[in-house]
Amino acid sequence: MTEATKQSKLRRYHAARWDEPVIHEMGHPGRRGAVFSQAEEGVRAAVGDAADLIPEAMRRREAPALPEMDEYDVLRHFIHLSQQTLGMMGISLFGTCTMKYNSRLMEGLTARPEVRAVHPHQDEDTMQGTLAMIHGLDRILRALSGMDRFVFQAGGGADAAYTHCCVTRAYHASRGELEQRDEIVTTIQTHPCNAATAATAGFKVVTLMIEENGYPSLDALKAAVSNRTAALMINDPDDMGVYNPEIREWVRIVHEAGGLCFYDHANFNGVMGKLRARELGFDACMYMLHKTFGAPKGNGPAVGAYGCTEALAPFLPSPLVVEDEGRYRLDRDRPQSVGKIREFWGNVPVILKAYAWARAMGEAGIDEASDLSVLANNYMEKGLLAIPGVTKSQPHLTQRRLEMTRYSVGKLQEETGIGIFDIANRMVDFGIDAPWLAHEPWLVPEPFTPEAGELWSKEDIDQWIAVLAEVAREAREEPETVKTAPHNQVVHAFDPAPLEDPDHWAMTWRAWQRKHRKGKHD
Amino acid sequence: MKNRLETAHPYMANSVPAIKEAMLRVIGVAGIEDLFEQIPAEHRLKSPLDLPPALPSENELRRHVLENLRRNETCEENLSFIGGGCWQHHVPAVCDEIAGRAEMMTSVWGTPYSDHGRSQAWFEFASLLGELVGCEVVGQPVYSWGYAAGHAIRMAARLTGRRQVLLPRLIDPERLSVIRNLCEPLEMASHIEIVEIGFNDETGLLDLADLEAKLSDRTAAVYFDCPSHLGLIESRGAEIAALARRHGAETIVGVDPISLGVLAAPPVYGADIVVGPMQPLGIHMNTGGGVGGFIATRDEARYVHEYPTLLISAARTPHDEWAFALSCAHQTSYGLREEGKDWTGNSVNNWAIVNAVYLALMGPEGMREVGELIVQRANYAARRLAGIDGVALRFSGPVFKEFVLDYAGTGKSVAAVNEGLRRHGIFGGRGLGEMGSGFESCALTCVTEIHSQADIDRFAEALVAEAAR
Repeated sequence: MTEATKQSKLRRYHAARWDEPVIHEMGHPGRRGAVFSQAEEGVRAAVGDAADLIPEAMRRREAPALPEMDEYDVLRHFIHLSQQTLGMMGISLFGTCTMKYNSRLMEGLTARPEVRAVHPHQDEDTMQGTLAMIHGLDRILRALSGMDRFVFQAGGGADAAYTHCCVTRAYHASRGELEQRDEIVTTIQTHPCNAATAATAGFKVVTLMIEENGYPSLDALKAAVSNRTAALMINDPDDMGVYNPEIREWVRIVHEAGGLCFYDHANFNGVMGKLRARELGFDACMYMLHKTFGAPKGNGPAVGAYGCTEALAPFLPSPLVVEDEGRYRLDRDRPQSVGKIREFWGNVPVILKAYAWARAMGEAGIDEASDLSVLANNYMEKGLLAIPGVTKSQPHLTQRRLEMTRYSVGKLQEETGIGIFDIANRMVDFGIDAPWLAHEPWLVPEPFTPEAGELWSKEDIDQWIAVLAEVAREAREEPETVKTAPHNQVVHAFDPAPLEDPDHWAMTWRAWQRKHRKGKHD
Repeated sequence: MKNRLETAHPYMANSVPAIKEAMLRVIGVAGIEDLFEQIPAEHRLKSPLDLPPALPSENELRRHVLENLRRNETCEENLSFIGGGCWQHHVPAVCDEIAGRAEMMTSVWGTPYSDHGRSQAWFEFASLLGELVGCEVVGQPVYSWGYAAGHAIRMAARLTGRRQVLLPRLIDPERLSVIRNLCEPLEMASHIEIVEIGFNDETGLLDLADLEAKLSDRTAAVYFDCPSHLGLIESRGAEIAALARRHGAETIVGVDPISLGVLAAPPVYGADIVVGPMQPLGIHMNTGGGVGGFIATRDEARYVHEYPTLLISAARTPHDEWAFALSCAHQTSYGLREEGKDWTGNSVNNWAIVNAVYLALMGPEGMREVGELIVQRANYAARRLAGIDGVALRFSGPVFKEFVLDYAGTGKSVAAVNEGLRRHGIFGGRGLGEMGSGFESCALTCVTEIHSQADIDRFAEALVAEAAR
């Protein structure tokens, strides 16, 4: 046991357990949670009954079977559900997601009517404040990346990868080479959304496997690129914390073959303020504003900020926010644009939160944050590798990892039969959010990938390590405790396998009622 | 010399020199710089970032953001009739309360145990929306209505093995552009051909003869909106779906869910896949950042196995508790990378929770009332405004909450009319120039439950004044 785990007293956590019914089981006929007045007499006199305004064939005959609840019961039900959600209320070191503090200042300011009660099709003169801040964030991201122009339309990181695929199509089409250039090259350690969006955009995907150094070899890359290569889509570092030092050469080789290079900067936290995508030669990159830039996650609304060079800018989705002598406008007159990636011009509250985060941090703060992220990760490594049965991926790579490291409990599983899913289910008993494991396919057995970032305190990190050490001890000394976990959570363990069976799964209450109503839970 | 923090930063617990030194001691290195040994020196930044001055004090940051925001004008201080994919509806206060709950907002993935409540809320979103749209399967959200339509078209293409979709000529150009990108350009081997269905110039409804002429055994799907982009209630939904079925094509209907307390659920008239926007159900316009989309179908494995979304199923634990977990996750890009169904990622899941809150508050009666109120006030507005000299209704078909005003008779452009209306504190409907020939003088005008008769009358009076200027 390390000094850190000795000092860290485990908390005796227990989740809220309200035994909350499904909402369709609640309410009483006749109760109301929202009422609307009748149309005014003048309106009714002019147009008559609503039913007469709707063609008969299109009228609703049967009322939707929604619950009938009073307002307070609805509020209480969803507050109970939120209390039964751990979120970031414990310690969440969820790797690749860079869990950060989400400033309550910006939650409050983006709840103001100047953001909420604005329609994106209002006259530009009525949105100058918002446009100014969007433009301000564009400028900040240009400084961080070296790119020439950012757009915020994409609704998440994967959507920004897709934006790149659309821009890639338009770029090669403009040169008459799209039919020929039908391949996108990526690596097995690049987020699956890159391969998936490339395929959705119509490209064939060539995936390079990692080799001895922790990344694919230049020879493998050279063999993969050709006059069919449309683009390279890659991250650096990957989510094992390994940085590919040959990345400039990669970019050169792909450029020489006529392809574009996209830097998936989802894992920006360890290198922000340390290097710039453009200076490494990339044509485009993307940042996740709901991760690296301090906006909340909640699995969205999110923003993937996509930036590119001047050469690719004509192909960006429309509109772009541009400044003309202190006035901001939405430029839609862009004939080579790919058009719309998503309706309107982005999840504006998220963009504003990211702008405010970048302003709150400033250059020194951003530099400090990447320092602290890498410091925390290397500090964690000391504590985690001191736990018997825990190893790290590619142990032969001795250089310090960046903001994340991939670990394995494969050895612990061999020794005890307890795998990472059991461990994750037990860790949540201590108020620790289950760790990120790894994308499929797993390259190391029984993986997990914590990321401490700059938010979490040394005490939080110590507690996290102490919990894993305790669960590893239980795996050896009282394995049933781990195998039957969780014990202190909202609900007990269940077998999810039947949820793959069409006769059993139920994605709605209706489906549940049809399939299971006559069962024992009636 | 690097610019360093002068004090610990409120967002960073370890930005205290003594803590950093303690951590470095445990690692056994002299300085943080040693930890960046993987990155070659020539990759490192050579010049400062050149960022605007830092505002670590919340006091100053608040002032700065607020100064910017005050330059905006809102649909609260003005009277707005802008619609077209983003609409001003009443948002119950409870929706805002739950949207802002820290646990929900900060949840990322979690497990069925740690984030049980969030998973239940996701299931309830699907369940409640399922009742409204008449479907037993509802996927977790996608980014927008355009995405929902585009993914549904791609589902239909995979289901039928065909690569053509028929959709209305009068579709929203923004939505069409999203769909076009998802259908891929001609150069791609997997391109899906988009064929437009014409409209009846008088009613604005789909031209069924044109639809029939264009349908063939190459058609994967027929897509149409109800109400349509221009606000019209498509009265022949059953005939459209029957025609599609006759040719082995799927029928995909895009529906505004706030209409479904009074309009038939699309499967009733033959829809196979139902898609639509989430924003009307309790989500603020958010300057366009309130959009989201849903996909719903029958509970048949052949549909379920084509969903690109997360799917949440209910279950029971051996302790007789409700549990909620992912179903069919392996078919997504998380399981299969490029072999997955399109792709899956962060979407707008927090809005799904808000939709659930909204539908729970509304209940069947609330949905009926709001639908009736909208359809009555919109029709009142359409008649009142079209009675103004020089102003006409472009189409005669039945309308739900939006309608097209033609200002041609005023001799003024839509932009000029709207500029005039702004002097009255009114945001007029958006010009439809993007819809092409015949729509240059038209404005899509939106009236919802938030517009009182007095608001509409005020709009009418201002329009009279502006039309005559």
